[in-house]
Amino acid sequence: MTPPAIAAEAMAIRLVEVSLRYGKNLALDRVSLALPLGRITGLIGPDGVGKSTLFNLVVGARAVQDGQVEVLGGDIADPRHRIAICPRIAFMPQGLGRNLYATLSVVENMDFFARLFGQDRAERESRIDDLLASTGLLPFRDRPAGKLSGGMKQKLGLCCALIHDPDLLILDEPTTGVDPLSRVQFWDLVERIRAVRPGMSVVVATAYMEEAERFDSLVAINAGRVIATGTPQELLDRTGAATLEDAFIALMPEEQRRRHHAVMIQPRTVDSTVEVVIEAKGLTVRFGDFTAVDQVDFRIERGEIFGFLGSNGCGKTTTMKLLTGLLSASAGEARLFGRRVATVDMAMRRRVGYMTQGFSLYSELTVAQNLTLHAQLFGVSAAEVPGRVAEMADRFELAAEIESLPDTLPLGVRQRLSLAVAMVHKPELLILDEPTSGVDPIARDMFWQMMVDLSRNDLVTIFISTHFMNEAERCDRISLMHAGRVLVCDSPAGVIAGRGAASLEEAFIDYLTEAGGAETSGAKAPVEIVPPPATPAPVWRGFSPRRMWSYTRREGLELRRDPIRGTLALFGTVILMLIMGYGISLDVENIRFAVLDHDGTSLSRDYATTLSGSRYFSEQPPIADYADLDRRMASGELGLAIEIPPGFGRDIDRGMPVEVAAWFDGAMPQRGETIQSYVRAMHVSWLSETALRRSGTRPFFSPVEVEIRFRYNPEIVSIVAMVPALIPILLLMIPAMLTSLSVVREKELGSIVNLYVTPVTRAEFLIGKQIPYVLLGMVNFVLLTLLVTVVFGVQLTGSLAFLTVAAFLFILSATAIGLVMSTFMRSQIAAIFGTTIGTIVPAIQYAGLINPVSSLEGGGAIIGRIFPATYFLIISRGTFSKALGFVELWPSLLPIVASIVVLMTLCILLLKKQEG
Amino acid sequence: MSSFATIARLGVKELRSLASDRIMLVLILYVFSLGIYVAATVMPETLHNAPIAIIDEDASPLSARIASAFYPPHFQRPEMISLARLDPGLDEGTYTFILDIPPDFQSDLLAGRRPSVQLNVDANRVSQAFTGSAYIQAMVVQEVTTFLRRDRPAPPAPVDLVLRARYNPTLTESWFGAVMEIINNVTMLSIILTGAALIRERERGTIEHLLAMPVSPFEIMAAKIWSMGLVVLLAASCSLLIMARGVLGIPIAGSIPLFLFGAALNIFATTALGILIGTIARSMQQFGIVMILILIPLQVLSGGLTARDSMPELVQDLMMLAPTTHFVILAQSILYRGAGFDVVWSQLLGLFVIGAGFFSVTLWYFRKAMTNMA
Repeated sequence: MTPPAIAAEAMAIRLVEVSLRYGKNLALDRVSLALPLGRITGLIGPDGVGKSTLFNLVVGARAVQDGQVEVLGGDIADPRHRIAICPRIAFMPQGLGRNLYATLSVVENMDFFARLFGQDRAERESRIDDLLASTGLLPFRDRPAGKLSGGMKQKLGLCCALIHDPDLLILDEPTTGVDPLSRVQFWDLVERIRAVRPGMSVVVATAYMEEAERFDSLVAINAGRVIATGTPQELLDRTGAATLEDAFIALMPEEQRRRHHAVMIQPRTVDSTVEVVIEAKGLTVRFGDFTAVDQVDFRIERGEIFGFLGSNGCGKTTTMKLLTGLLSASAGEARLFGRRVATVDMAMRRRVGYMTQGFSLYSELTVAQNLTLHAQLFGVSAAEVPGRVAEMADRFELAAEIESLPDTLPLGVRQRLSLAVAMVHKPELLILDEPTSGVDPIARDMFWQMMVDLSRNDLVTIFISTHFMNEAERCDRISLMHAGRVLVCDSPAGVIAGRGAASLEEAFIDYLTEAGGAETSGAKAPVEIVPPPATPAPVWRGFSPRRMWSYTRREGLELRRDPIRGTLALFGTVILMLIMGYGISLDVENIRFAVLDHDGTSLSRDYATTLSGSRYFSEQPPIADYADLDRRMASGELGLAIEIPPGFGRDIDRGMPVEVAAWFDGAMPQRGETIQSYVRAMHVSWLSETALRRSGTRPFFSPVEVEIRFRYNPEIVSIVAMVPALIPILLLMIPAMLTSLSVVREKELGSIVNLYVTPVTRAEFLIGKQIPYVLLGMVNFVLLTLLVTVVFGVQLTGSLAFLTVAAFLFILSATAIGLVMSTFMRSQIAAIFGTTIGTIVPAIQYAGLINPVSSLEGGGAIIGRIFPATYFLIISRGTFSKALGFVELWPSLLPIVASIVVLMTLCILLLKKQEG
Repeated sequence: MSSFATIARLGVKELRSLASDRIMLVLILYVFSLGIYVAATVMPETLHNAPIAIIDEDASPLSARIASAFYPPHFQRPEMISLARLDPGLDEGTYTFILDIPPDFQSDLLAGRRPSVQLNVDANRVSQAFTGSAYIQAMVVQEVTTFLRRDRPAPPAPVDLVLRARYNPTLTESWFGAVMEIINNVTMLSIILTGAALIRERERGTIEHLLAMPVSPFEIMAAKIWSMGLVVLLAASCSLLIMARGVLGIPIAGSIPLFLFGAALNIFATTALGILIGTIARSMQQFGIVMILILIPLQVLSGGLTARDSMPELVQDLMMLAPTTHFVILAQSILYRGAGFDVVWSQLLGLFVIGAGFFSVTLWYFRKAMTNMA
């Protein structure tokens, strides 16, 4: 296909020979096309053929590998052009509300995007009000995005995309998973906006061929290639097909097309003995005060194909979970095969096959392994398993892919595999939750043929949910669900007749409009959209505090919406401080010792009494013999064993040399050293006391006196030394852990795309995210300081102001460690693991908590020297017990500041403003 | 199909999942190899490289002799400083010890006036301060005594004390550090592997797929415990044999199979704990915080960092509920002191009871959470 020769400036998007690979997979194969300005263009084709990839390239979310991508008159690979046009593009990624934030309200979501585009307060407010009014979302302005229905989520997504008056609007499957009425409303809204802004170009990807008919032009894509372009009429004319769906099939390559057969549905033979397989009576589920399923009734007979329609969030999935026993009903009852559904009914589960939304296959297992595992789990006998797997592979045409991993397979094949997996134990009932979403028409027809065969030949009952009207028409009976209630339940023809409508879609829209009430009322009274100002404000390319603040506000709001996390973070540190402050004690006390006394004179008992009289030792029952000594030391019962030789008293009296033997437990070396010095000191003191008693004079055993002055902590109390040192450790671990998920979570959930396609810079994004955690950290610092001074009674003798400044810098550094982990790691688990390894171990062992860093060796010493906690520990101890301030301690600030610079630079380098 | 077979199959699936996560494998390898090595070698002995300075106001042969008595590895080479540097030297944390030898020290000594030297100690560094000052005191006395006796040996004290350390005669810190680090890793890893992996499965919805099959929550939990427990146990065994015994040359006194049996019981308890946290926490973010709140007390207060005897009674009693406390006692008894089953049976029993308790509570909670998934 050669692109039409039109001058580049008239084009919104121009692709020349663009190819893109994900590893070995070729996602786009030398695609060339040109989309003119001011039009609405549809990209049609099944999921996984490269539509989303193409969009990601156009909006700059993914780096161009091969070929040239021109957007709005410039090369998108040129960073300057990308930054310049970024505010003129709006992108709504695939997936319901994928770039929205579920815990934020409608208004807060819009406000977030408005700030990213640098709008001031007045502008933000007027735009938000306009958009809310015109989309009918105004009554729900304070509802969290996660609690909106599928249709409303998409409207909100559109509002967020339109907040900055883009010249190019890119919508990736905006209506997938949305009920027919909301779909109509959505397109009306797009039309109205285009009427006001005729210059705006719109590119839409869709899997609904019915929708594609209303677009100006279409681009049909299959397997990474453009297979046709033209107006809808042109495509119909070229293929001579009646519908776009048929036209698309006709355009597909011969080899794929050959596999297509129109679905043949034999009429159901109903015999006189009707067996009811599923029966629901007054089924109701409530989550808190939200009623997800409201008084649902239906009866489904054996061998029937029962279609279940309705928008996302209307209760379909919940109903299916009830039937599979994953949920229990709040009221009413459901019966399968005449038996009440219970959550623990293994026998019933064996008769049911369930296919969840999004194909829950194990991606790490091959096709054969997936089939085998499921067969085994469903209790197919070991002898039968290989045969059954082969049978399924044959029946669902999987033999060629039997050793592949599911992720490498096209969606259509994966979905066949899912069905095979659900069928491997030959269930009598199949419950299928949107099995065909995003699957191409040919694969969908194959899939339906299989289901029809199962129903008609094997009398398998099929309970299926779908969004496609042509699929609904193939069902024996259908029911339409809305806001937890079943609106209608009849045969497709009956539904159409009942409303006197021309098509099933029309009938449904009619039902939904009638039932809609408040949720959709806003759209009935369209408000005129205020035309935007002629010249959009230029983007500030440098660091923008407003964009940064947008991320700060958002992260802060999310933290506020999850009070458990914030509370844990604050009270958790307090609890940890109490536990560790009282628990970690380097004071060696109550050493359990016992004596093996071979002498038994008053003098030998006196020796033991010297020890037991001290608070450091506590005496245990005497040792009987060497075996006893060994056993009691081995079990750890005794830390010290003393053996007094026979004739101890007599030999001393005679002035003969005497040896007392003492064994102590060296398993904990630190403690061993302390015991050793205690025993030595006790021994000397006993000698001197004994001599005093005998001769009346106290002999000096040394000619010199060593006066020891224990500074800062004269009683050598652990608490005084330990508690101020715990502040750095806690201020490191909690803020680092909180931030460690902030970036990687957006990567896993998909909202990271907002970084790619909005003008926000990497620094604004990272610092913006960091701020709420720094503030939380400062609150932590205040709590900890209060705890140390008030509860533990350790006085702050130095400068509080200096300590506070240092704490602030240190928390910046700690959160930067979390951010580095978060940008480097790809999964949340790895980020948690990495942060734990990177903070707990160095903080407790290498930062000087117990041994000063200067005494460490090897790798630990290096870690200790570059670890910011080491320096804040010096500052914390210095200000608490050494009465120091800025003058003495400023050099310790330098490494902390350096660490912030290094870590944040590293973060910015690790974070990509584009994928790929 | 029997429950046993289901548990086995699901466990193999868990192992395959872990095997496909390369970063996790690298991190696990790191903590059990290099991580152990660094932790073990960081402090070769209790008093190591202690920073010391000497203020020599006497400048006599004796004061020079005292100064030359301090050398590595116990002490750093002493720095000779002026009196004015005394306070700043301690304030900045440059030195832990500053020994001040007064003017006329040698002449006073020879005149029999029993002069004194002053040892200033930064008592914030509790452990070093304590052990080190005893060392320094003994060294000064010894140097002065031998100086006075012109290098002839001193007469024996009337009663001699022969002190010997058992189980670790040279009080080598690396023996202790390495084994405690392995124990800490066992706890951390078993909580993360089970708990975080459970949250990931919940976030991706694969758990409910399993629950729609004839698989019970008990089977899911048991599968996770055996598979992840096996990974941790294998890693710990290799680490003990290859790193601790091989590379670091730590002699292991007791029976390794007995120790591993204890480790398995401990892992049984900690993996169950991990699943409990993973069930209670609603998101990975909450999990991270809860994990820290549980992991730190487990590591710090179980007796692996400082001795249990010195902790307050209440803490000691509460920590008896933690599996790691029993495991640390058991590990020290077996590995260092060569204790056998007759000695450690009570710890084994304790571990088993705690593990069974955690498992039951977790199962109850997990079942409740899983049968009402939204």
